[in-house]
Amino acid sequence: MGLYVDVARRRNVLIVRLSGELDHHTATQVRHRLEDELSKGIDTNLVLNLENLTFMDSSGLGVVLGRYRQISQLGGRMAVCSVQPSIHRLFEMSGLFKVFSFFEDEERAIRACGVAS
Amino acid sequence: MSEVHKNFMELSFASRSENESFARVAVASFISQLDPTMEELTDIKTVVSEAVTNAVIHGYEEKTDGVITIRTWIEGQKVSIEISDQGLGITNVEEARQPLYTSKPELERSGMGFTIMENFMDEVAVDSREGQGTTIRLVKHLKTHQQTLQH
Repeated sequence: MGLYVDVARRRNVLIVRLSGELDHHTATQVRHRLEDELSKGIDTNLVLNLENLTFMDSSGLGVVLGRYRQISQLGGRMAVCSVQPSIHRLFEMSGLFKVFSFFEDEERAIRACGVAS
Repeated sequence: MSEVHKNFMELSFASRSENESFARVAVASFISQLDPTMEELTDIKTVVSEAVTNAVIHGYEEKTDGVITIRTWIEGQKVSIEISDQGLGITNVEEARQPLYTSKPELERSGMGFTIMENFMDEVAVDSREGQGTTIRLVKHLKTHQQTLQH
């Protein structure tokens, strides 16, 4: 099982939906794809939708933390939404739960980035 | 009293990152005979992924000609997993086990690998020799089906 990255945009928010398994192997793919998208200079905010992410390990935490740093440097906001319980546990364990903003669904996450629906 | 259920498996594979998912699925598939909960299965998959990733990135520094070996024993409800490489070894195991520590910050590592292993397993032992390799031994006692039903 690999990883599928779906990208959408709403104003200056890059919406990234990850499906499948995020480990060291697939984290490289996510990092490159998101660096490419963010380098276009369109977006300042990032919403990460993890609804269909079925597996994640510490390599996934690393790539999410990396994008958070990148977005913070751009002066933007990052919101994570629709996290499954098993993955939620990893965010809690790592303390990243206090660093990122988590939302129940994509719309709320987009609104938190300052875009009205 | 019936005899304690015992079983064993061993597998070796190349130190390629695409084998990280193969390894965790193979171990999860082997322990499924114990009828683990979904949470226990996810815990085991995650720790196998962490240990194999450590071997790929740190043991062999992403060179693909290394060999990683996983041995898994089952004894009753106890699962023991040993993940070995013949790579570079860890200079300071105590430091490596600290939360958020990473020897390769440029690779966007979170430094949470050992912390996750310690949280998800009952026992974590690291045996590492510089220039000779690393073996990580993990033990987890699964809940019996009866215990699961009582919850």
